[in-house]
Amino acid sequence: MKLKFIFIGVIIPDMSLAHAAPQIMEKSPEREESGARCVTLDRLPAGASGRVAAVRGSGPVARRLLEMGVVPGAPVRVVKFAPLGDPLEVRVRDYHLALRRSEAETIMVVQSAE
Amino acid sequence: MSTTLESPSRTAGAGVRLEGAAPLTVALAGNPNAGKTSIFNVLTGLRQKVANYPGVTVERKEGSWTLSPDSPPARLVDLPGLYSLDAASLDEQIAHDIIMGRVAEVPAPDVVVAAVDSTNLERNLYLVTQLLEAGRPLVVALTMVDLAEQARLEVDARRLGEELGVPVVAVNAKRRTGFDELARAVIDAAGADAPRPKWRLSPAAEQEVAALSNGGGMEARAEALRELYGDDLPEDADRRELVEGARVRLARGGAQWWQEPVTARYDWIEGVAAASVKGRGRARGRTSATERIDRVVTHRLLGPAVLLLVMLVVFQTIFSWASLPMDLIDRGFGALGETVRAGMPRGLLNDLVVDGVIAGVGGVLVFLPQILLLFFFIALLEDTGYMARAAFLMDRLMRGVGLHGKAFMPLLSSFACAIPGIMATRTIENPKDRLATIMIAPFMSCSARLPVYTLMIAAFFSEERLFGIVSLGAVIILSMYLLGVAVAIAVAWVLKHTILKSPPPPLVLEMPPYRAPNLLNVAQTMRTRAWLFVKRAGTVILAISILLWALMTFPRSAAKPTPDAQEGAAVQAMRETGAEARGEPAPETVPEAGEAGDEGEQLRQSYAGRLGHVLEPAIAPLGFDWKMGIGLISSFAARETLVSTLSIVYNVGKDADAESPSLIEAVRAAKRPDGSPAWTPLVAVSMMVFFVLACQCMSTVAIVRRETNSWRWPLFMVAYMLVVAYVASFITYQGGRLLGLG
Repeated sequence: MKLKFIFIGVIIPDMSLAHAAPQIMEKSPEREESGARCVTLDRLPAGASGRVAAVRGSGPVARRLLEMGVVPGAPVRVVKFAPLGDPLEVRVRDYHLALRRSEAETIMVVQSAE
Repeated sequence: MSTTLESPSRTAGAGVRLEGAAPLTVALAGNPNAGKTSIFNVLTGLRQKVANYPGVTVERKEGSWTLSPDSPPARLVDLPGLYSLDAASLDEQIAHDIIMGRVAEVPAPDVVVAAVDSTNLERNLYLVTQLLEAGRPLVVALTMVDLAEQARLEVDARRLGEELGVPVVAVNAKRRTGFDELARAVIDAAGADAPRPKWRLSPAAEQEVAALSNGGGMEARAEALRELYGDDLPEDADRRELVEGARVRLARGGAQWWQEPVTARYDWIEGVAAASVKGRGRARGRTSATERIDRVVTHRLLGPAVLLLVMLVVFQTIFSWASLPMDLIDRGFGALGETVRAGMPRGLLNDLVVDGVIAGVGGVLVFLPQILLLFFFIALLEDTGYMARAAFLMDRLMRGVGLHGKAFMPLLSSFACAIPGIMATRTIENPKDRLATIMIAPFMSCSARLPVYTLMIAAFFSEERLFGIVSLGAVIILSMYLLGVAVAIAVAWVLKHTILKSPPPPLVLEMPPYRAPNLLNVAQTMRTRAWLFVKRAGTVILAISILLWALMTFPRSAAKPTPDAQEGAAVQAMRETGAEARGEPAPETVPEAGEAGDEGEQLRQSYAGRLGHVLEPAIAPLGFDWKMGIGLISSFAARETLVSTLSIVYNVGKDADAESPSLIEAVRAAKRPDGSPAWTPLVAVSMMVFFVLACQCMSTVAIVRRETNSWRWPLFMVAYMLVVAYVASFITYQGGRLLGLG
């Protein structure tokens, strides 16, 4: 857990920047009154929903995620986690998509207050 | 007649097309699960063929589509299921090349038909935006409209057509409605101009794309987009420099600059969908039927239980339903053999045709019912949407050994036969992942092992029951399947951490909604797979049967008494035979005892028999004697030949099958030279373990050779599997003896 946290901590200042940054700032934890916070998709509990803020990865996997409709602004809901906690099933654009935690870690979401 | 079909603009555009001469070429594209296969099957019926694209292992499905009574039928090319035209996988590369007219065997399509699932409009329309960019006349076939209505989504086809700028026709494959309209739309589209995509990038990006497309048309624009935003750079050095320069300028706008075309397409799609869909789905808080089913089917604890139950039902059904047609095929070939034997002059040629060709091919075709049933279930599970759940449940385990959830399908197919399973690995993008999957596929207990299991269980475990209800035989067979799976997992782990080392492959897998299966699709899958299997039986198996026949027939010394050194062995063998014959109460073997005795004698004298003796010291630690050694040798051609070979060795007559009482009795009664029984339950288990793990199938070797394009991997496969099988059998037999089971 600690390791993962450090990993994310390093990644955010490093790469997120341009495209995603304004959206993240807009709904960052400092603005608690909106009830929104920005996390990676794998951190959402089952049943929680949010909106995609950014897809951080690169290469074919990130491209495939985008092509499947996981683009900034798209609503997502975590449906459930597989028996061993991985992969996870999310609902996006009226269909269900299974992806691994390692892929979900590259997707930043703004969690909706519910 | 053709003038009504082809407008002047089209005739001018495709100058080579003579009036009424060449049929139209139509490409059928669509997301996986969009109903594309159902459309293809309705449009082409039985007029379809499957082939490979040259040099690659992507299947090419084609059929002819009667567009109207007074025009030649169109050539309908079914593209692989796609999410995108950007070449991430081989499938997508092929589809892109066909649509662009770059595949030699397929003319550039006159019209592209895109199957679009109306319950999943936005993601399905993503492919449509790319097809629009490709600059080909496009017709959208809207599927699953009834299901969308059930989900309280009303898709207005006319409005959608206006928004997209292409004709949209709602079709229903089950009720077969909408296909005449689809044909008319295709005929009209073939004469019309290609539609123009209406979405745009940011001004800075548009400027770069315009510069790269250099004032060219839509095709140039599509190409520029591909070069600028794709993974690869153009090969031409000048062009590459231009593209690299443009990428650097765009990257100043942000690290995710390359995502812009995708987000721009989706922005546009959201507008299109909002305009053409009425009702935003079911009321909040109401879950879909699929989610309710999944509460059980992908539940943490219930999910794996359901998966196990499904597999159990599938295999139980294959056992019980397939036996009748298998018997009929078996008897049919037996009768054919007898007819030919009687109708031809006696001699070597007669033997070759009857014992080599007819018996060999018949022995393989007898598995056709099982293969059909297994593909029935695989197609059914895939068509209903369960297969993706199985991959979802299994992915963590599969990844634990470094494999993809997608490997689950090929491995499951391998339970029918490793050959279609190995062919199904083509969906796995990464070559190393694919190779690892191929290497472990033969560990899945295929139907050719069943006769061996059946014989062993019938001979030694038939009556016993566990807890009074579960037959011990069923438990043992299930254990054999699980053993294969367990060893496959271990081997995959080793391979992925040594010679096939690569990072675990990503998983981005659609979980389609549960749907009633389309039985026509299921039937088509069965038909195609059965034909592939029959073709194999007609070629590879035929050649191997003849080779094996020769090994067991030559040298021909048994027909006349031989005064040479072999006589001692022969007499000894005769004595054994006599002892066995007395030990056999089964009366039906008596009439043919003389002839069968000759055959057994012949086999002992043959090259195969001698090899059995040579092999005996090596296989003795596994509990096998030299007669079983002959069976093992013959089984390396194809596993099921063990049964017919044992029938010959034990003089039962080769027409006996795994469940014939005479063979079962013979196996139970067989003795070693010291008088102890040759077979014990422990030997039977050791034999089954060997058959689970050894690569005893020439056809598998041949298909791996073809799929990997080298002899290195198939030979490696045979060698390592033999080692694994030997070690496991050794542990089983010796361990069993230590525990006092032998």
